Amino acid sequence: MSTKSPGSGLIPFFAANLSVRNRSAVIWRGLFQLSTVIGMVTLALLLYTVINKSFGLVAINNKVNPETLAVNGVPLEQLDKDTLVNILQNNVSKGKFRQLEREMPMAERTRDEVYALVIDTVVQPKDIVGTWTLVESLTRRNAIIAQVHDEHPDATVSFRSWLNPNFINSPQSSDPLAAGVRTAVLGSLLTILTTILVAFPIGVGAAIYLEEYAEDNWLNRLLQTNITNLAGVPSIIYGMLGLAIFVRGMEPITSGALLGGADPTTANGRTILSAGLTLALLVLPILIINGQEAIRAVPSSLRQASYGLGATKWQTIWHHVLPSALSGILTGTILAVSRAIGETAPLVVVGAATFITFDPSGPFSKFTTLPIQIYQWTSRPQNEFRNIAAAAILVLLIMLLTLNAVAIFLRNRFQRN
Amino acid sequence: MTRSIARETEINNLKRRSRPGEWLIQGFLFFCGAFSIFTTLGIIYELGKEALLFFRYEGVTIWGFLTGTKWQPQAGSFGILPLVNSTVITSLIAMVIALPLGLAVAIYLSEYATPKARKILKPTLEVLAGIPTVVYGYFALTFMTPLLRSIFGSDVVDIYNMASGGLVMGILILPLISSMSEDALSAVPRSLREAAYALGATKLETAVKIVLPAAISGLAAAFIVGISRAIGETMIVAIAVGAGPNFTFNPFEGAETMTGHIVRISGGDLSYDTIDYNSLFAIGLLLFFITFGLNIISQNIVRRFREVYE
Repeated sequence: MSTKSPGSGLIPFFAANLSVRNRSAVIWRGLFQLSTVIGMVTLALLLYTVINKSFGLVAINNKVNPETLAVNGVPLEQLDKDTLVNILQNNVSKGKFRQLEREMPMAERTRDEVYALVIDTVVQPKDIVGTWTLVESLTRRNAIIAQVHDEHPDATVSFRSWLNPNFINSPQSSDPLAAGVRTAVLGSLLTILTTILVAFPIGVGAAIYLEEYAEDNWLNRLLQTNITNLAGVPSIIYGMLGLAIFVRGMEPITSGALLGGADPTTANGRTILSAGLTLALLVLPILIINGQEAIRAVPSSLRQASYGLGATKWQTIWHHVLPSALSGILTGTILAVSRAIGETAPLVVVGAATFITFDPSGPFSKFTTLPIQIYQWTSRPQNEFRNIAAAAILVLLIMLLTLNAVAIFLRNRFQRN
Repeated sequence: MTRSIARETEINNLKRRSRPGEWLIQGFLFFCGAFSIFTTLGIIYELGKEALLFFRYEGVTIWGFLTGTKWQPQAGSFGILPLVNSTVITSLIAMVIALPLGLAVAIYLSEYATPKARKILKPTLEVLAGIPTVVYGYFALTFMTPLLRSIFGSDVVDIYNMASGGLVMGILILPLISSMSEDALSAVPRSLREAAYALGATKLETAVKIVLPAAISGLAAAFIVGISRAIGETMIVAIAVGAGPNFTFNPFEGAETMTGHIVRISGGDLSYDTIDYNSLFAIGLLLFFITFGLNIISQNIVRRFREVYE
């Protein structure tokens, strides 16, 4: 009797409940796991959607059916260069061929260039009558070809990778077969360069001030709170600020008129400079917060040792704090920059050009960027523009992936020290 | 004797020596720090100025702006409710997805997952958070909308609809909520969990009844930041939700949110100092106040209700 512990009368009660409790624990554990899986599946679905649209069969109406150009049963795309030159010679007028020779002799052109020339001048793709996704193309290839032959007897069906060297290297065009992202990629790079040049010094300076100099008073607390809040302001608001200040207010500077460098095609403030400055304001809070974290991670013993040797505050920061925080700061900067590269909304508001076919030549050029190009192509109702939008998304994701790989590399080096 | 005095003054001199270079640098650094204040003031000033011009136009009143149910610039009616309404509906749909999922992911990562699983899952979620929103917009339009249309029927679901934009926005916000929540959960000290286990609680009971309440301030902050992000999100709604103000509560209809409207109007040829131009700034100002207010509330929640453990 006396050995029985006071609570043991409750054991049957616990035991009766135990199976219920354990069961709900298992069920909920499963639910938590499921949620995580849903997150992963969505990421996979997103990539699947983009890749699925970037490759696939396409039916094109041509002026000349490429099948008729086959020589001895060898299809056009497998012919060697000499045969292709022959085809070219036989199918275009003599004057036209001489003109092509003058531009660049056939002997100097590569096989792929001649092939592209044959497609352009002889086959002359006119319009797309249908596009199919990668999965459809792989599973229903024959059905699709039969269907196209029924509905559009003149059209040829071929497998097309929308993401191809030509796509990366061509300027924008209203023809989805010829359109490319070169203008947009160059625009993105120039804009981001402007952003980094402006935001990096200010952001690092602010981070140094807040971590090393700022005393705990109301002004500095306000600065810190304000930066945290700015990081949460929607990007489109920055776009409106950029429109009001950089595009309108500082038009003489951002259009280049004041410096005499104005681009005659622009002649207003909707330039790469305005876009870069707007994005600089947008990434500044993130850059400052990341920079602060990197500086805070530097052990204070380093500073004390430097002071002990008689260094001034700035000498300590410049020679000891900044070098050891540098890779952290760079990682943070890259992450902030990769956010800026993907930004679309503020640049639409600042006034990205809807259609430009020439490369940007400097900070005072009209601009378009890769995300804006994606947005414009996505908004078109035609299916083939969705295909090139998907290919452009792949280009954008590859750019971001490269940047993040650099950031991870820097972070790993940082952690080893 | 004289020598030691000389040494002392020299040391004092060194300490008191004015260093213009150091002052200059400190001044520059302070300017960098204060730069963010200029940004905030710039936003309030520029948006406020243009919005005031908007309210000067004939027939436009603040009351009519805030309570009108029609946004038809051509007809001169500027009631913001249709835009606010669709912003609220898309954000609600997003939160219905992102809150439970994000919380569940956070609980799984902080309480259940092995270090190895966490090492794979966390970067994957970061990837999800790092994808540009225009890509999510593409995903909404080319994947979610056809999916919804095949489930509910294409006569029920419009091509542009709030449901698809809201759902995809939920996926966008999920990593934000899960990472903020996980930070909050991880900050709860181990001793609390171990006390619960010692009393015989299961892992679930520990997580839900002990850890969750202890981290509630961080979770609430994550939730509010999530809402603020949803309200300010632009590209998904601009691409997938619709291209015209529509006062409707049916999530399968197209409608235009505040952000979507700003993007569509400013994407066209917009001339300065027109009523359309100024009306955008009035919308922007309202958007700024809503999101800024939500962010401040979330920070206050963290500061005021945070449990401090020894």
